[in-house]
Amino acid sequence: MEMKGRVIFKGKAEGEALVTTQPISFYGGVDPNTGEVIDKDHELRGQSVKGKILVFPTGKGSTVGSYTLYRMKKNGTAPSGIINQECETIVAVGAIISEIPCVDKIDISKIKTSNRVRIDNGTVTLIKN
Amino acid sequence: MYLTKEEERMLEGEEGYAVRKSMEILVALGEIYGAERLIKVSSVQVAGVSYHNLGDAGLEFLNELAKDGKVKVLTTLNPAGMDLENWRQLGISEDFAKKQELGIQAFEKMGILVSCTCTPYLIGNLPRYGEHVAWSESSAVTFANSVLGAKTNREGGPSALAAAFVGKTPCYGLHLDENRVPDIHVKVEADLTKFSDWGALGYAIGKKAENKIPYITGVKDAEVDELKSFCASVVTYGAKPLFYMEGITPGAERWPLPKETVTIEKRDIQEAYDRVNDEVSDIDFVCIGCPHCSIKEIAEIASLLEGKKIAANTEFWVATSRSAKQLADKRGYTAIIEQAGGKFACDTCMAVAPLKGRFKALATTSAKGCFYSRQNGMKTRMGSLEECIEAAVTGKWR
Repeated sequence: MEMKGRVIFKGKAEGEALVTTQPISFYGGVDPNTGEVIDKDHELRGQSVKGKILVFPTGKGSTVGSYTLYRMKKNGTAPSGIINQECETIVAVGAIISEIPCVDKIDISKIKTSNRVRIDNGTVTLIKN
Repeated sequence: MYLTKEEERMLEGEEGYAVRKSMEILVALGEIYGAERLIKVSSVQVAGVSYHNLGDAGLEFLNELAKDGKVKVLTTLNPAGMDLENWRQLGISEDFAKKQELGIQAFEKMGILVSCTCTPYLIGNLPRYGEHVAWSESSAVTFANSVLGAKTNREGGPSALAAAFVGKTPCYGLHLDENRVPDIHVKVEADLTKFSDWGALGYAIGKKAENKIPYITGVKDAEVDELKSFCASVVTYGAKPLFYMEGITPGAERWPLPKETVTIEKRDIQEAYDRVNDEVSDIDFVCIGCPHCSIKEIAEIASLLEGKKIAANTEFWVATSRSAKQLADKRGYTAIIEQAGGKFACDTCMAVAPLKGRFKALATTSAKGCFYSRQNGMKTRMGSLEECIEAAVTGKWR
């Protein structure tokens, strides 16, 4: 299945999806050294976003979160791609400065955790359920 | 979004890494928020300066940008995590200071003025009515939009830097008149009798006008220092970074009174005090200057402290810009305050310095200061300057 979205940061990425219906705060919510979600109230707590296609509705929290994504990229703990329902400033700026392919305006309810997903600029393809 | 030929070339990297990254940020934000084009800005205020907030990740990014990035417009800096000269006296660790200095060096290399103040409008970054700017620091954004009548969105650190390297910002949000229409009429029916009442009023209006643009009536008079405290409070506690105050701020007369109306009475002001105050009487930290003290406020502090002594177990800080401190040095205010045992915290403030775990209870004149100090684990008390000085001298809140 193919879905068309809006390019936030261009590029291609392919991998296993990690999906949540809850917004993510990278600053304080994800450990930049391990890529693990550490937000106590988050349903992904304890899971690693490293190398995943991270699928979540939108970002939240401190604008410093953009820098957390950048740090993760440098540490090799960043997601390989980001799919949002509606991207906001923190994640957009984070994806751009870290050069992580990022697309939004996608119906993320169509994607399930561990689906294999490809991002090609504004196009999201579900390769295998 | 429409881009000119020149802007397209910047996006393709003709002017190097920093400008290309900046254009990518501005274009993405423009697309997200539906901007049709970029517009020129005349100045930028950059937040995200304290190492406490930046961390090593932020530092790395700043160094990357500083390699070929040079600002194109007047660009000033928000407070850092420490007094850049006097950090030892304020109890800042050697490690923190080293990292903070690296960050400041990166900003300097970009051509940014190391003003390190949240009151850029007091030290020469002063846009006129209707002028487009790209500022971060919510209290300054609110002051620029409301008291000065300039136009800016509430930028984050990276988007403000991007605007500085390009000299432009995407035209959306508060840059457009249609988004500057007041939403809610706030009738103030309470008398404001002391300075901290302005912080309390900001709290009360912020809560009642959450995410709206207030049109405030019933305020008889206001000094600039009072407005700057109100700006910091109203945006910290929930309103958009723009308000109109009838007879006091410019542009109010352009709009009809909004239909939705709320009233602020004496009990709302009292409730604001109740919310920002904790039940605490032993005070080990008194900090004045959130936003940074003006020279007039420093003069008031000096006159109240003259001949007195700060209590042995209490720290007293005056947070201000280095330029205001230099005037205070010449006029003798600094000597009076330091003889009483007070300290100057230039270039920094209680919201961005690494204060977690250092103090138990704060007394201040600022509602915003209470908000951030609670995040640093302190109990808080808000009151007039006289009450705060009394707490500093006795170590007790009465």
